[in-house]
Amino acid sequence: MAGNPDRSKAETGIMRWIDDRFPLTQMWEDHMSKYYVPKNFNVWYLFGVLSLFILVNQLLTGIWLTMSYEPTAEGAFASIEYIMRDVEMGWIIRYMHSTGASAFFAVIYLHMFRGLMYGSYKKPRELIWLFGMCIYLVLMAEGFFGYLLPWGNMSYWGAQVIVSLFSAIPLIGEDLAQWIRGDYLISGITLNRFFSLHVIALPIVLLGLVVLHLIALHETGSNNPDGVEIKNHKDVNGVPLDGVPMHPYFVVKDLVGIGVFLIVFCLIIFFFPEMGGYFIEKPNYEPANPLKTPEHIAPVWYYTPFYAMLRACTFNFWGMIDAKFFGVIVMAGSIAILFVLPWLDRSPVRSMRYKGVLSRIGLASFVVCFITLGILGAIPTTEERTLLAQIATGIYFLFFILMPFYTRIEATKTPPERITIT
Amino acid sequence: MKKLILMAFITLVSSSLIAAVGTSVKLQDANIDIQDQQSRQKGMKTFVNYCLGCHSAQYQRYERAAEDLGMPVDLVLEHLVFSDQKVGEHMTNAMRSNQAAKWFGAPPPDLTNSVNLRGSDWVYSYLLSFYADSDRPYGVNNTVFENVGMPNVLSKLQGIQERVCQTTPNEDEHNNEPSDVISCQLKVKADTGVMTPVEFEETVRDLTNFMVYMSNPNAAASKRIGIYTILFLLLLTTLFYFLYKEYWRDIK
Ligand code: HEM
Repeated sequence: MAGNPDRSKAETGIMRWIDDRFPLTQMWEDHMSKYYVPKNFNVWYLFGVLSLFILVNQLLTGIWLTMSYEPTAEGAFASIEYIMRDVEMGWIIRYMHSTGASAFFAVIYLHMFRGLMYGSYKKPRELIWLFGMCIYLVLMAEGFFGYLLPWGNMSYWGAQVIVSLFSAIPLIGEDLAQWIRGDYLISGITLNRFFSLHVIALPIVLLGLVVLHLIALHETGSNNPDGVEIKNHKDVNGVPLDGVPMHPYFVVKDLVGIGVFLIVFCLIIFFFPEMGGYFIEKPNYEPANPLKTPEHIAPVWYYTPFYAMLRACTFNFWGMIDAKFFGVIVMAGSIAILFVLPWLDRSPVRSMRYKGVLSRIGLASFVVCFITLGILGAIPTTEERTLLAQIATGIYFLFFILMPFYTRIEATKTPPERITIT
Repeated sequence: MKKLILMAFITLVSSSLIAAVGTSVKLQDANIDIQDQQSRQKGMKTFVNYCLGCHSAQYQRYERAAEDLGMPVDLVLEHLVFSDQKVGEHMTNAMRSNQAAKWFGAPPPDLTNSVNLRGSDWVYSYLLSFYADSDRPYGVNNTVFENVGMPNVLSKLQGIQERVCQTTPNEDEHNNEPSDVISCQLKVKADTGVMTPVEFEETVRDLTNFMVYMSNPNAAASKRIGIYTILFLLLLTTLFYFLYKEYWRDIK
């Protein structure tokens, strides 16, 4: 007998031949046909699969874009026009990629929000959350590097502004920014290295992290809108009573979600690919020009909440820290604090359904502030807007910093033993 | 949770209203018909005759325009390609940009993407808004693009346009510092151009229409393919939905 006898194996045939050499049937059972998923999943649980789907879209369209793209300061802009105008189906591929980037972030934000709402980051799923946060970080870098590649004027100035943030760091800042750019200004050298990072380095890291994310997920199993463990109630065969196998039940359910997503996605691609300048910005129809600053530089919508926090820091921190550096710290802190979320939440329950009123107010204000910051980051500042951004930034941080207290003192409802379907 | 989403939505809407501040110059509505191939063909003719001498459309190929606008390729080669270029080539010109910068103060920008960059109403209004101004090197200024370096290349067609300003004293009693209201209008001097104002507007509209085409030559294909794709997806998703219903029938 070949292979590991403890594994599930097919009886005969080619599958048996494979199973004696590679645990295919075992893997299929572990992750699909005998992987049990809570049956009360709602629409919020779609966004993980959709992220996966968009990831594949980005990889495939990216490969095809790379076939015609030229990563040089002289040729980049023209090669994008070439893809849009001369390459067969090139415009569809490009719009799938550019819309895909925005869709990726939209879906990821909803995916993360679901985690906040149902306490999916809580024990024993901390690592799922941490891998997720690493994915989010890498994704932000991936988007940033990719945004420079069309070599439009907004790409150029966006990159200029963001890289110059590093120069706000005391002592090493200037050298660090120059090291990142490989030049005194954003130049063809910067473009080359961003290209390399965007098409090779970060996608590899991203794929690796997604695998880790899913391995961790399949080790603990999914949380659900009730936040109760389905593994606490099993039948005699060890099958969770409130679970259904991933295949076929969730495969067919996810297909519906993917269908609906694709309809929305294609509506944008074919009818509003620029999304009024939010997905593809007007100044990007002009090649990069180091001498011509666009009237109003704003990052793409998915970075604007953090950009607003940066701009909200207009004062020197007790005269000790330079305002810009303080802004960079705040911005980095706003993401760093998400990493420790699993240890900030002290609530005895997971889901918002059973948490108390303080948690609900907290989450609602957090969402309102995040969206407000997102809008403020996209439009020019005024004095009132800066004040609003400062307040919103404050509440954003308070949501996390106060969490250990309000989650402990509030009255919670007792979750049911078993899953409820409403 | 519904409340939460609603609240978020309200913030979003109210703040985007704040964001919707308009530009300073009033633009005229280009009012173009993108289905009108003839208008685009005429526009292309105007473009190669009056614009292409200085500007390029370096990402647009003559041949592609011929196909998309429904013109026979040999006719385009004969009537619309002036230099010794081939019909499959890009619409470029021989002017060197450093020389041009000397003549006009700035090199004439490439026009392939100008509608993407500024919008069709802007292009339309801009072309209608040149007026005589003896202080400027080419004798004209522009109300949409102040102190523009470009001469009014269409003046032969339009004639000489002048900016006539009227001053009316402010009658408002509550105003402590009565200031005069100045209102200006652009008027074409009679019989200075070969076209009537209406004909000229039509010509500029056609030209703008061609530039709208150039800015996105895939627009028509995009609509066509888009509709079929969406219909297909609706069908597919409906099938998925029934499949899902069938499988989940006895899960409670
Ligand atoms: C490429 C990006 C990502 C992919 C492909 C991905 C994929 C998935 C999938 C397929 C699931 C299971 C289905 C579901 O619960 O929706 C899942 C669950 C989860 N993901 Fe992600 N994810 C990504 C990014 C993230 C990020 C950025 C975070 C948070 C920082 C995150 C946190 C979680 C958590 C906490 C769960 C468990 C949810 C629960 O069981 O309630 N993921 N992910």
